[in-house]
Amino acid sequence: MSRRPFVRLVSGTRWYFGHPRYLRYMSREVTCIFIGAFALLLLRAVERLSAGQAAYASFLAAIAGPWSALGLSLVVIFALHNAVSWFNVTPKALPVQIGEGFLPGGFIVAAHYAAWILVSLAVLLFAGVL
Amino acid sequence: METIVADVAIVGAGGAGLRAAIALAEADPKLRIALISKVYPMRSHTCAAEGGAAGVIKPGDSLDMHFDDTVSGGDWLSDQDCVEYFVKEAPGELLQLEHWGCPWNREADGSVAVRSFGGMKKQRTWFAADKSGFHILHTLFQTSLRFPSIVRFDEYYVLDLLLDEGRCRGLTAMEMRSGLIRQFNAGAVIVAGGGAGRMFPFTTNGAIKTGDGMALAYRAGVPLKDMEFVQYHPTGLPNTGSLLTEACRGEGGVLLNRNGRRYLQDYGMGPETEPGKPQLKTMELGPRDRLSQAYWHELQKGNTVSTRWGECVLLDMRHLGERKINERLPLVRELAISYLGVDIVTDPVPVRPVVHYMMGGIATDTRAATPLPGLFAAGECACVSLNGANRLGSNSLVELLVFGKRAAGSAIEYIRDLPAAGTAALTARAQESQARIRELFSRTDGIESMSGLRREMTDTMEKNVGIYRDQAGLQQAVDTLGQLRRRYRKVMLSDRSNVFNTDLFQVLELGCMLDCAEALTVGALARRESRGAHQRLDWAKRDDDHYLRHSMVHYRGSGAPRVDYQDVVITRSPPGLRDYSGGHQ
Amino acid sequence: MNERMVQLEVLRYDPQVDDEPHFQHYEVPCKEEWVVLDALNAIKESIDPTLNYRWSCHMAVCGSCGMMINGEPRLSCHAFLRGFAGVIRVEPLAHFPIERDLVTVADDFIDKLKRVKPYLIPGEPRPIGAGEYLQTPAQLMKYRHFSMCINCMLCYAACPQYALQPLFLGPAAITLAHRYNLDSRDGGREQRQQVIATDEGVWECSFVGACSEVCPKAVDPAAALQQVKVASTLDWFREHLLPGSAT
Repeated sequence: MSRRPFVRLVSGTRWYFGHPRYLRYMSREVTCIFIGAFALLLLRAVERLSAGQAAYASFLAAIAGPWSALGLSLVVIFALHNAVSWFNVTPKALPVQIGEGFLPGGFIVAAHYAAWILVSLAVLLFAGVL
Repeated sequence: METIVADVAIVGAGGAGLRAAIALAEADPKLRIALISKVYPMRSHTCAAEGGAAGVIKPGDSLDMHFDDTVSGGDWLSDQDCVEYFVKEAPGELLQLEHWGCPWNREADGSVAVRSFGGMKKQRTWFAADKSGFHILHTLFQTSLRFPSIVRFDEYYVLDLLLDEGRCRGLTAMEMRSGLIRQFNAGAVIVAGGGAGRMFPFTTNGAIKTGDGMALAYRAGVPLKDMEFVQYHPTGLPNTGSLLTEACRGEGGVLLNRNGRRYLQDYGMGPETEPGKPQLKTMELGPRDRLSQAYWHELQKGNTVSTRWGECVLLDMRHLGERKINERLPLVRELAISYLGVDIVTDPVPVRPVVHYMMGGIATDTRAATPLPGLFAAGECACVSLNGANRLGSNSLVELLVFGKRAAGSAIEYIRDLPAAGTAALTARAQESQARIRELFSRTDGIESMSGLRREMTDTMEKNVGIYRDQAGLQQAVDTLGQLRRRYRKVMLSDRSNVFNTDLFQVLELGCMLDCAEALTVGALARRESRGAHQRLDWAKRDDDHYLRHSMVHYRGSGAPRVDYQDVVITRSPPGLRDYSGGHQ
Repeated sequence: MNERMVQLEVLRYDPQVDDEPHFQHYEVPCKEEWVVLDALNAIKESIDPTLNYRWSCHMAVCGSCGMMINGEPRLSCHAFLRGFAGVIRVEPLAHFPIERDLVTVADDFIDKLKRVKPYLIPGEPRPIGAGEYLQTPAQLMKYRHFSMCINCMLCYAACPQYALQPLFLGPAAITLAHRYNLDSRDGGREQRQQVIATDEGVWECSFVGACSEVCPKAVDPAAALQQVKVASTLDWFREHLLPGSAT
């Protein structure tokens, strides 16, 4: 048999260095670690809160300090990156057809931002911050 | 050599081959169908057709009008029984495609939309934007996947037909990726191998259109009919030869010379119509042969525009507006921007005539049968005598469907009571075929290069067998092509690998093109008249007394081909005047 | 007309000679307006007839000539030389086995196309004599952009999920299924869902989006796949959560 097709192997652990768009993708995917970490932190906070005011106060004291602030800032940055990158692709998943044309993607993205802002305001209002 | 047994083998998996395969599978699920193609089906050149497909469907139109347009468009060289059959079958075939999912453009009420096309008196061209051929091909290919009895042999190059006792009984083909030659024993063979535009240097045709199907039948003793009729499409991009569809003009684009004059009015296609309001069957909607000939005259008069890509005329679509262009001609806009740097919304685009289509081909009758029992042919490779001396745009996509299906029907009828084949004889023929390839591989005294011979062939065709021809040029071309065919026997392979050896396939394709080119040129030399796309400077008039006949060119091995003639079938339209004056003459 | 010398590094592989692919350097005179395919044709015609690649239409519609050009999946007939500086690196499409030189083995893609039932399965069968199915321009536009796929396989060469999980049906095949699902004439969605709404189907897609970035026909396969995910999710809710749907 003269055929001998050559298979180029793709590294399972380093493939995302192969192209900038893969790195961009991984930067979006990696946000889940930070968001997951923040979710755990939030759970812990709720659990502490339910244990009483003293417990919650010492929890807050424990996460105060420059390193925590740095960590939480990172979480916020990644959470924003996650939200923005997902919002930007929503027009693909949720196209809105009007007659023969489609609503420009910008409207759908804008609608998501608007909903985000509204929900945030509602939460803040409910929490008594505003 | 491995042998594959089929009831029907189809050579070529473009529009005609796929349509034939589906028709066979639908007729009888037990039929063993071998669909053999040198490319994956969706690469076939049907995909490049842009404008659309003609079929009578709207009120106010009639089969008779479609018949009259086709016959006069073909300068009365069409067989009229064939045209009658064609116009009758066309609407059903287009509806069938619609039922298979083809995304035809629509009217507001949901019915199929039609557009104007050159040489057609009524709007009857169905279209899918300007990607009609692409959508037809993909619809057919995807539909063919429904049928398990269609067994595809993708990327197999067919070498020879196998004949036994005067019947076509199969073929040999090489699997391109392994170099293995396989024998296909089949009750009937349908050739749907496409055109041969690549024998010219400037063509809309893709690289694969090298006349393989035509040469297969020709070498097996089937005459090539009316080969001298080569359609130049009037609006090709001047650098790549890419086609700007006739729909550009159907939608209202106009042709201008260097003085901004719509010069077609000077060639019997006037008077001028209002720009953007095209009138059917006149000016820019005249037939392709007349438009390409008008370019030639403008060139002689020095009225063309000199561009870095050569002498051109201008196709102006600016007045259509961006919205209409994007809706109806998106591919045209994209092609002109990317390959030429011209946006048709803001600028006229330079164009010139380009070799587009072979009216001639394997001689078939209305049943799609060749004179060789067991061999059928359909599509551009065949000459069923629908198109006569000049094809009307948007008839050929329908021809693929109508005669692809007809070939299938005829093949089924033919194999019904077919006596068994002498398999030993077929195997012997197959071994001869294999020996031919082995000789090519083991040849040590080759002195000719494939690309050198190919360039000489294309140069000769361009120089001597163009839009206008004469005795001296044609004689020179016949002589040169005869020499090239002799020299071809000394062609040397540069690559002797068995795996996907495109050098080998280019050598084989060149052999096919040389045979087709010689047949074409011999036919052109013998036809001492001007008709449709065949224009002789030395015989400027149509001559119905002598040449209302099909030329039939017969292969004679290494000798010069022999030409004889076959009468045109006239049923109800006697030869008349081709009138594209919009009723003003 | 302006000509310039263009340098190309082309990946070569002849299974009858080579253990593995290697780059070969070519220098070829090219016209300014040429595409990479023209340069390859010039090499094959005048410099090295043993170079192998697929091509046909030279107008970006037949889908034959996809290759990696400077690491990016492109149609070589639509990759203009004016867009490149320096040496141009040309390799066969990524993620497919190399048959020879720039020719890849496409079997896997062809098989997958077939598996998604990419043909009209009529919702209401209609005889030809009854004329066409009515389909308004709006109904046509709903799916038309997804019907523009030329099967060039660039999206597979761009998709890292396909590279890592070769069983993945991939962008073009799922998009084609979605095209028929969206067609007002079709009633075959349920049959296709069994193939595409699966782990090896659309749920293998992690929305890298590379397919849409490289698609030469703006088909936007990534959009099709996300829409299939949304629709499949809604199916699931309908099946499991709506009253009366419990099984």
